[in-house]
Amino acid sequence: MKKGLKKEQSTTTASSKESILSSANTLRWEIGEHVHDSLIESIYADANQIASRAVTLPAGKPRFDFDKKLDTLITSRWFGFPLMFLLLAFVFWLTVEGANIPSALIASLLVDTIHPWLRSVFVLIGSPWWLTGVLVDGVWLAMAWVISVMLPPMAIFFPLFTLLEDFGYLPRGAFNMDSLFRRAGAHGKQSLSMTMGFGCNAAGVVATRIIDSPRERLIAIITNNFSLCNGRWPTQILIASIFFGTLAPPALAGFITAGAVVGVATLGIFFTLVVSWGLSRTLLKGEASSFSLELPPYRPPQLWQTLYTSLIDRTAIVLWRAIVFAAPAGAVIWLVSNIHIGTMSIAEHFINLSNPFGILLGLNGVIIIAYIIAIPANEIVIPTVLMMTVLSTKLSGIGSGAGVMFELNEATAVADVLRAGGWTMLTGLNLMLFSLLHNPCSTTIYTIYKETKSVKWTALATIIPTIMGIVICFLVAQIYRLLFV
Amino acid sequence: MQNHHKFTEGEEINSMSQTPNENCDDCPVHNLGNLTKLGINMSQFDFVVALAGNPNTGKSTVFNALTGLRQHTGNWPGKTVTRAEGGFVYGNKRFKLVDLPGTYSLLSTSTDEEVARDFILFGQPDVTVIVVDATRLERNLNLVLQVLEITDRAVVCLNLMDEAQRHNIKVDTRRLAKDLGVPVVAAAARQEEGIPELLKNVYDVASGAYLCRPHRLERTAPRLEKAISVLSGKIKKEFPLLPNTRWIALRLLDGDQKIIDAVKSGELGNLSAKSAAIRAARETTK
Repeated sequence: MKKGLKKEQSTTTASSKESILSSANTLRWEIGEHVHDSLIESIYADANQIASRAVTLPAGKPRFDFDKKLDTLITSRWFGFPLMFLLLAFVFWLTVEGANIPSALIASLLVDTIHPWLRSVFVLIGSPWWLTGVLVDGVWLAMAWVISVMLPPMAIFFPLFTLLEDFGYLPRGAFNMDSLFRRAGAHGKQSLSMTMGFGCNAAGVVATRIIDSPRERLIAIITNNFSLCNGRWPTQILIASIFFGTLAPPALAGFITAGAVVGVATLGIFFTLVVSWGLSRTLLKGEASSFSLELPPYRPPQLWQTLYTSLIDRTAIVLWRAIVFAAPAGAVIWLVSNIHIGTMSIAEHFINLSNPFGILLGLNGVIIIAYIIAIPANEIVIPTVLMMTVLSTKLSGIGSGAGVMFELNEATAVADVLRAGGWTMLTGLNLMLFSLLHNPCSTTIYTIYKETKSVKWTALATIIPTIMGIVICFLVAQIYRLLFV
Repeated sequence: MQNHHKFTEGEEINSMSQTPNENCDDCPVHNLGNLTKLGINMSQFDFVVALAGNPNTGKSTVFNALTGLRQHTGNWPGKTVTRAEGGFVYGNKRFKLVDLPGTYSLLSTSTDEEVARDFILFGQPDVTVIVVDATRLERNLNLVLQVLEITDRAVVCLNLMDEAQRHNIKVDTRRLAKDLGVPVVAAAARQEEGIPELLKNVYDVASGAYLCRPHRLERTAPRLEKAISVLSGKIKKEFPLLPNTRWIALRLLDGDQKIIDAVKSGELGNLSAKSAAIRAARETTK
């Protein structure tokens, strides 16, 4: 900045512009008072005068104020946090319970009915086997899987979340968490950008613009990835219901699943705080700045408009993104599964290569590869994992041949495939942890770069969660094996 | 939406859900038949309208009501951090509407306040609509007064009148309009109430049919007052066509880096030329 200033001064002649600036400088010293303060004083004085002339407040005793009573409860020291977790758990419980049946219906339509029909059409018009493979068994099945796994939970979760937002709950949640963020040396408004991240991390990163100080804004940007996003909720919900929901009797399965998902989300908030604390004491040293947060009035949500915006704007856009990324991924998966080098397909070579590293982390080679394929979009992790698992275990009776994304008739079939692939409780747990702690998707990485304009901070925001994921999965795997094996 | 809401004594605003009568088609006052929502299609436009206001006062709702877009609205301050743009046609004129981030003031340095301030100053909107929360008028006026320091073409949209009514708060819109020197429109944007009146007033201010005499701050410190008049005299000499030299002087005295840079780079000169052109165009249309 200083250098630029000097250059400019040397090139401009002593014009009238300079004289304006220099006289502003001298006058500023002459005034001697704080211009800023006196300006603000006169704004406040005028605003007060004008408002008092125009506004008539209700006379007499204020009637029972419902908003205030509700606020003291929602933001209370004792009930605030439990209430927040209960609300979140309730939302997930509704999502888990409500999504099962439509998921199975969509799968049976897209996978069991349309897929064989498409295949027979391709055979009928004499398409070569590899083209049928790439398009029908690769692209179509990948898209079908994304839709049936993701659409129902999203169509339930987003409207519920938007209703909470419209009602005015989000800033109250932020208010509750403010003191935690302040103690971590971060800005209290980070709780708002973090909440936005629960929808989409790229949106969360953009939302950090409400934070004034660059130091605190960087902390908020770097830690936003610890908020589970749209692309990751379905993974969490599916894996939790397979590996945790089944631990309990069927009547309680929904609660346990919701509890496990809330647990992982809470862990994400915990990491957000810990990493913020660490950054504000090392790379981004400084004190937390104060701010005022306005609690908006409670407003009855507009049900139909909410449904419309959350279904059309959010669900459809996220689903479309998933489909766009899943289609080429499906083609790639089919190709690497059907092109052989020596006796094994390319995919099998990869899986064998990454397996030792995966096992070390309590995961497996398939998951590692799925996360590499899913860098553009987290949404396709589960379809990729399922497909690769079928391939590597050479399950018979499901699907038809290598690299075919198989056909599953029952909701529990996913669990059967995963167990056949050697998955244990540890694999499920660590997949949930790794889904929370890994690099942001490529869209988010690009957004971070656009917002910070710095390769260094972008790299840091990418590397920190990945290293944490590797370390934590490794530790959990060691402890699990010590205790249970 | 069957019942009519009484906003101020004697003034009643028609419920907007009823379809406009065909006979009203060429009446510019009470119908939305005159409004064509253009969404994001705004290739050519006659006027630029900026939407400013405190966070969570319903700017995005007003924006959606005018453009037919469905920008996501949320009940929390800071929902809109980037600029959203849309268009509409009213009274045979094409308007471009720019939704600015919600801010409490235009003085400090956060990104959202800078985006809003820069657009009102450098973007030179033909009209700035300031959406204010009728239930928290005094605090909202802080921003209104700052906007009126920068521009002299503004309309105040007194939004959330339904909530004010629920809390038994009465606002005298005529008194407020007189004190502020710009039109004040009572509205409940969520119910689309007051939107036709808002359109009419925006149109009138944009076309020059309504001449604003905006409230300017009275400064108590005589030394500051003197410094401002000396400096604004100098600015006027260099940029004779600028409408808000006193405000520029005040910002320079406050050491506002962005304004200092604008003087230095001559951006202020461009502004001055542009505002002259706008004024000339308005003269010819009259």
